[in-house]
Amino acid sequence: MAAYEFIDHKFDVVVVGAGGSGLRAALGCAQAGLKTACVTKVFPTRSHTVAAQGGISASLGNMGEDDWRWHMYDTVKGSDWLGDQDAIEYLCRNAPAAVYELEHWGVPFSRTADGKIYQRAFGGMTKNYGEAPIQRTCAAADRTGHAMLHTMYGQSLAHETEFFIEYFALDLIMDDGVCRGVTAWKLDDGTLHRFQAQLVILATGGYGRAYFSATSAHTCTGDGGGMALRAGLPLQDMEFVQFHPTGIYGSGCLITEGARGEGGYLTNSEGERFMERYAPTVKDLAPRDMVSRAMTMEIREGRGVGPKKDHIFLHLDHLDPKILHERLPGISESAKIFAGVDVTKEPIPVLPTVHYNMGGIPTNFYSEVVTKAGKDPDKVVPGLMAVGEAACVSVHGANRLGSNSLIDLVVFGRSAALRAADTVKAGATQPELKPAMTDGHLARLDRFRNAGGGVSTAALRLEMQMAMQEDAAVYRTSDALASGVKRMEAVNARRPDLKVTDRSMIWNSDLMETLELDNLIGQAVVTVVGAHNRTESRGAHAHEDFPERNDKTWMKHTLAWFDDKTGKVKIDYRPVHDYTMTDEIAPFPPKARVY
Amino acid sequence: MVQLTLPKNSKIKPTGKHFPAPAGASKVRTFKIYRYDPDSGENPRWDTYDVDTAQCGPMVLDILIHIKNTVDPTLTFRRSCREGICGSCAMNIDGRNALACIQGHEECSGAKVSISPLPHMPVVKDLVPDLTLFYAQYASVEPWLHTETPEPQKEWKQSPQDREKLDGLYECILCACCSTSCPSYWWNQEKYLGPAALLHAYRWIIDSRDEATGERLDELEDPFKLYRCHTIMNCTQVCPKGLNPAKAIAEIKKMLVERVV
Repeated sequence: MAAYEFIDHKFDVVVVGAGGSGLRAALGCAQAGLKTACVTKVFPTRSHTVAAQGGISASLGNMGEDDWRWHMYDTVKGSDWLGDQDAIEYLCRNAPAAVYELEHWGVPFSRTADGKIYQRAFGGMTKNYGEAPIQRTCAAADRTGHAMLHTMYGQSLAHETEFFIEYFALDLIMDDGVCRGVTAWKLDDGTLHRFQAQLVILATGGYGRAYFSATSAHTCTGDGGGMALRAGLPLQDMEFVQFHPTGIYGSGCLITEGARGEGGYLTNSEGERFMERYAPTVKDLAPRDMVSRAMTMEIREGRGVGPKKDHIFLHLDHLDPKILHERLPGISESAKIFAGVDVTKEPIPVLPTVHYNMGGIPTNFYSEVVTKAGKDPDKVVPGLMAVGEAACVSVHGANRLGSNSLIDLVVFGRSAALRAADTVKAGATQPELKPAMTDGHLARLDRFRNAGGGVSTAALRLEMQMAMQEDAAVYRTSDALASGVKRMEAVNARRPDLKVTDRSMIWNSDLMETLELDNLIGQAVVTVVGAHNRTESRGAHAHEDFPERNDKTWMKHTLAWFDDKTGKVKIDYRPVHDYTMTDEIAPFPPKARVY
Repeated sequence: MVQLTLPKNSKIKPTGKHFPAPAGASKVRTFKIYRYDPDSGENPRWDTYDVDTAQCGPMVLDILIHIKNTVDPTLTFRRSCREGICGSCAMNIDGRNALACIQGHEECSGAKVSISPLPHMPVVKDLVPDLTLFYAQYASVEPWLHTETPEPQKEWKQSPQDREKLDGLYECILCACCSTSCPSYWWNQEKYLGPAALLHAYRWIIDSRDEATGERLDELEDPFKLYRCHTIMNCTQVCPKGLNPAKAIAEIKKMLVERVV
């Protein structure tokens, strides 16, 4: 093996990732007086938070009466009772303050006539415990994620966060079950770095690129999840993958749910507004899992649109062009560029597209990573936190409601920082790192850098993406999932046969894509194995051979460990927290999920 | 007589590698791509790729990804969202700065489509420029809300009319297409802030919630930072988001004049 040397850094806290949750966590840690580094593979404003469109949920009540308890009920119901109710209470109670904080930092929210933050309707958000749709989603036109991310990056420039930009994180430095830091590869000069820290916060986002067609960016490769699996930690509820109903047919680019929030609707080949049949109360504003299933059903039954009858129309052409211009300018542009459609005149061709991972690294509502040790299902992993899409708190359970992800980012980014301030002592002495803790990191890097096998990274990635796309889709069957498990086993088995062409160290994107693929494969495997294992239907996991939700057996979180050497998956479970955080609100007991 | 030497690696080797189209290709188009590998110690070169565009999506980024996936995995470029919002894949395409992900290759006129990094920035590798200075200039305008008044319990109020003033400004994605297309920025980039940073400066100046308008204007009242803008307008011509940095710069100049008269 070539000789590699680390450049050493010592911090109190190292945050990996600079999207919404990473920036919020890093900012909070810096404000608390902790020496904080933020390590990110892309410049902060390139993170995928930038692509969030519709908005951020919080019961501000700017458009009429609202209550965080209603928001909590909607989120529990949206999660199909797989969400942890203590964490959901934490989220919904803290949401308004988090939005006001963003506004105080300068986020250019759209405004009501009286100068307050504008809020729009979104799927599954209702008033008075499910009575009718409510306007709860705070919006900056249809560029809310962009506005938030840029504002938060600006804000972190005003504080003492040290950024390490275009550093690709390799692995967690683990010492007998304790996380002591992270290693990274600096792209622009090819050097390797060892970041020692009392606390590592993973804010690495989702792994949407495990699928062939996703709204997710190319960089959404779930690197934190990959690192956690290699560190011997489990991932939770990975079988729950959200398909967004309205990805543009062909390119998969996102059209916000806010389009329906502003009055848009879906039609089939007969011109029928079919959502009225599937969700009579909320219609086109049903949660994403239900709308995606309804669309898939319409297409299956021969009522798809287009020459192949394989997609659905989203209509905005009945809306006032002034409203479109003011509130949906970004998607009007995207529809033009990627579908050649003038939204004021024609419908947009859309299809359910992979969008979000409800599963991730299990945490409690302090954002501390937990695992199951013996009988203890909530054993905290010392020195490690996870936030944002990389984490599974779990506030989204089996299905996330639209606009609950942006609020998740800032509420739990903040909670991580508060916990860090409580548990980390600034400048405390840290134990010496031993080479044995990082030898494996270097061996892995070197192995892939010199990989001279028979299958290119792009070819193996495509094989994985097609397997996931075809066998772990909106609807799943035992046969399809068994096939998916087999195909992913085959993909995993070919990892040693990968071929990397570029051997350099400076901006070797061939190597970077290979390391990302390695991160994706483990997560794809536990996703499809978890899906095959869960013999019920709940939220985004729609199993046709087991069409009912089965609370008696399955109201529990899946934990999945992945053995990097053998490719074997071990499954265990954690109970769902069916209790709340405080005694100010009673938990919502499970009931049928109809809208 | 003064002897000038061009910086290392500024000379491009006229001939690079040629990658012919695969047999049976139906819609071949040639792409001429700037290549530079810092590890090799060699000067940059132009490689040409004959691509079967029938196998690719419509955008230039689709072409680049197709080349990387099936022809030459060493080709290096930044990309992320592929929908024109993250600003990663800004490059010079067919002589014009653009985002590769929303630039249709059929809209490029040249017989051979040339693709090179954003102009006048140091090149790290292939199509990856070093944007350190660009980011530092952005940071220098203090892109965050400055307030003195104690924060309200809820939001700062802002009328829809005041909010509208931010339209055409806040949408900037920091892709650097504008600044790196500006001849004045090419010439004086150590001192002139460039259109992107100035657009952001104006975004905060004009925000009704911001209470540091005077200080912000003071900072910009400088022969170089602001006044190297000579209204060449390349910035506005190339902005892939349809923004108008030249107008924002003109507004700042106007405000500076107005506060003295």
